[in-house]
Amino acid sequence: MRVGVITFPGTLDDRDAARAVVAGGSEAVSLWHADADLKNVDAVILPGGFSYGDYLRCGAISRFAPVMQLVIDAAGKGMPVLGICNGFQVLCESHLLPGALTRNSDLHFLCRDQEIEIVNNTTPWTSSYKAGEKIVIPLKNGEGSFQCDDTTLAQLEGEGRIIARYVGQNPNGSRNLIAGITNARGNVVGLMPHPEHAIDELTGPSAAGLGFFTSILNAMVK
Amino acid sequence: MAKIVVDVMLKPEILDPQGNAVASALPRLGFSFAKSVRQGKRFEIEVEGEPTAAQLTEVEKAAEVLLSNPVIENYVVRVEK
Repeated sequence: MRVGVITFPGTLDDRDAARAVVAGGSEAVSLWHADADLKNVDAVILPGGFSYGDYLRCGAISRFAPVMQLVIDAAGKGMPVLGICNGFQVLCESHLLPGALTRNSDLHFLCRDQEIEIVNNTTPWTSSYKAGEKIVIPLKNGEGSFQCDDTTLAQLEGEGRIIARYVGQNPNGSRNLIAGITNARGNVVGLMPHPEHAIDELTGPSAAGLGFFTSILNAMVK
Repeated sequence: MAKIVVDVMLKPEILDPQGNAVASALPRLGFSFAKSVRQGKRFEIEVEGEPTAAQLTEVEKAAEVLLSNPVIENYVVRVEK
């Protein structure tokens, strides 16, 4: 399976994401923001970082990168897309996911190991987990507070579209402890914490993040 | 020269931690006037000559698509002499 990893100017976590894709059993394909070609990938990851320096709003400029028009079209046709951290912000700005990520409620940039609960394990990115499974992976962001209006929140809750929640104290003021959500179709997933930094116990708090990358292989093979 | 100004503010129901931080810094400096503070963005756009109605319509469009995120922000477009 070919999983594309997009690099925007200012992306940080593309190497780790590509490494995690390989560890999960797929082939990692580098995609550049200015590419007008998705290189026949089966799925796409938008990794973390500070694309375009977070100018204007996080993810606001990246949304208009040439490669994003292709991602938006492909996502509409059902291609699995995972946005991590800044990638989640880009997906919200692209309106592939509802809501927005705003400044952490305490204004601090957070960098720590965070426990999350996988709430929905039916997406192509979370099927390796058991529903209710708790994992510890790094969380590192300044704008991670998920906000949306009450109608959207009720819809996300009612349709089971919250895929992960923070466990314990709310780290950033996200509504309903939301750490990750999916679209109505279930193929686009945005996640604030970083599973790609937790695929190896030598360098991460656990290897439990690997499940996102084995999930996508399973989803494709099915 | 006239400027087109776009003011972008977080919607009232969206938490504004930066505004809150400013509001709590003011009394520490002896300023006691503020009941609350909201922080936003201001864009100043120069055009050749007086802004036309067509340009203002275009700016409205740009404000909706790029300058603001309608999920969390409101904007106002106006001309400043």
